[in-house]
Amino acid sequence: MTTPVEQERTQPEAVGEEVAAEDRPWQTVVWNDPVNLMSYVTYVFQKLFGFSRDHATKLMLDVHHKGKAIVTSGTKDKVEADVAKLHAAGLWATMQRAS
Amino acid sequence: MKRWKRDGDVVVGTLDRQEAAVVRGLVSQIQDMLLARAEEAPQDELAELTGIRTGPSEAPDDPILGRLLPDFHRLDDDAPDPDEVNSASALRSLHEPELLDHKTAAAETVLQTCSPDGGELRLTIAQAEAWMASLNDVRLALGTALDVTEDMPDELPPEDPRSPHLGVYHWLTWVQDTLVEAMLP
Repeated sequence: MTTPVEQERTQPEAVGEEVAAEDRPWQTVVWNDPVNLMSYVTYVFQKLFGFSRDHATKLMLDVHHKGKAIVTSGTKDKVEADVAKLHAAGLWATMQRAS
Repeated sequence: MKRWKRDGDVVVGTLDRQEAAVVRGLVSQIQDMLLARAEEAPQDELAELTGIRTGPSEAPDDPILGRLLPDFHRLDDDAPDPDEVNSASALRSLHEPELLDHKTAAAETVLQTCSPDGGELRLTIAQAEAWMASLNDVRLALGTALDVTEDMPDELPPEDPRSPHLGVYHWLTWVQDTLVEAMLP
């Protein structure tokens, strides 16, 4: 991720800012829905991304309580592939640029 | 139905005849919906030559299919960002054929392994994962049709037309949950 310090140092010219925007990573967001089981969502996170049970459970609880969680981030291709895998598992996932 | 059990590389469950009929009936219906959607994919000669398939760029109108085949971006209902709308269309067109293949194959695994007579099921890990995904699709479809909420009661008032179907939904939830429990590493 671009750090705030570096952003401050960047010259405020349009071209520089566009490059910075292009550099922002993509994020995979999983949204809460009333159907998906907590146990299944945890299983899917462990299985697809190799997360530990604890990390997968924490993300699942974030989805449940906060309505969404960012589960992975990186290049557009990586995040696009992650969203496709989550859709195959039946989770409600979307992708967005980091703000 | 007894709770699923893991026996080494085999996942064991038992369904009686009526339970098998419910599972097979619902899974077949979902599979038919998905296959009908796959038929809607644009046919083009270039795709046949290159083998690169493209799906529809528009999200399904049907809310059940819409839930099974979500957009790649969260689009604002009232004022969606035009760039995101374009990107979501392109990504859908690119990924939907594979997603449909995945889901119809999972449904097929359930239909192949679940005898209409019921009885004991002995599934490989891969088959058990197909069961989990397919049961999840059926629950997503039923949940959408029944307008299930987070705090859905166990039973609805008898006059509610959804009342008889909610029992099936809750039963499928239990079947999927015990399967996940048996599979958790």
